[in-house]
Amino acid sequence: MSELDQLRQEAEQLKNQIRDARKACAEATLSLRLHTTLTQGHLAKIYAMHWGTDSRLLVSASQDGKLIIWDSYTTNKVHSIPLYSFWVMTCEYAPSGNYLACDGLDNICSTYSLKTGEGNVHVSHELAGHTGYLSCFQFLDDNQIVTSSADTTCACGALKRASRQPPFTGHTGDVMSLSLAPNTRLFVSGACDASAKLWDVPKGMCRQTFTGHESDINGICFFPKNNAFATGSDDATCRLFDLRADQELMTYSHDNIICRITSVSFSKSGCLLLTGCLGVTDDGMVVATGSWDSFLKIWN
Amino acid sequence: MSGTNNVAQARKLVEQLRIEAGIERMKVSKASSELMSYCEQHARSDPLLVGVPASENPFKDKKPCVIL
Repeated sequence: MSELDQLRQEAEQLKNQIRDARKACAEATLSLRLHTTLTQGHLAKIYAMHWGTDSRLLVSASQDGKLIIWDSYTTNKVHSIPLYSFWVMTCEYAPSGNYLACDGLDNICSTYSLKTGEGNVHVSHELAGHTGYLSCFQFLDDNQIVTSSADTTCACGALKRASRQPPFTGHTGDVMSLSLAPNTRLFVSGACDASAKLWDVPKGMCRQTFTGHESDINGICFFPKNNAFATGSDDATCRLFDLRADQELMTYSHDNIICRITSVSFSKSGCLLLTGCLGVTDDGMVVATGSWDSFLKIWN
Repeated sequence: MSGTNNVAQARKLVEQLRIEAGIERMKVSKASSELMSYCEQHARSDPLLVGVPASENPFKDKKPCVIL
């Protein structure tokens, strides 16, 4: 038997081992009464928005090539930042509120400093390295950002040094979304290979892989405690995965939902899972939704 | 067969699967009950579940002022 055949055989054996170990832990099923409320069903994929950690400012990327920061209490625009590229997939606030990051067609993550003291907002750093468009990113802090890309990798970059750790490889499809674990340096990614992976940033490795979805995973969000996460997929379901049981706990679907789930977000207690194209503020007060009709709505 | 067309890729895949096979797993019953109890403990402070008094709601529709 050639070495390649031996390795393939060993891979199959290991996959079976993992499957059996998961089954051995699945001695119960999580049964929940599922409350589904369908509000306006905007499931637009290309629309970027994010809440700041003060739960008041909100950034959105509009299709005419601008990043707009809104004060959600007064509904006034605080900043309007023209971008070099009209095609923005995602935008993100640093936890401190000092920086904004967004991507463009050029596969570069550009950060904008908001507190320059001069009143105008300019590009402060650029992080290159991905060979496909950037689908998602999240700031670990003002200097470090984790990115996911259509080049099937994720990466962690240091903005001031414009450098990156070696990329996190393993997905076999475009990585569409990522979510940082609360209070730890772990994150999960969801990809077009229908799997989600748990990554360890300091060790630069994949710890676990979660399968079950039947199509691209578009949205992923950690539960408020870092033991579980939810995913939304093109297969019209959301699933809840637990890190310690290393498997799916529940599938959420509804007969009226036959279209793709583009993003997911937990409410503050974890009791509510909201889906569509939206974000929940850190203080849990509101949900903002963005849609193709170009309105940002705030619900509470 | 997933993309292991060469020996280097296959070795990498096997190494990764060894790591993933070696982790300790918790029973689903225990994992689920811990998630449920987290939700129950925090439900009372979840504004989207219990609502927010109008006086504390910064997003409440503002009534126009009438100058008498």
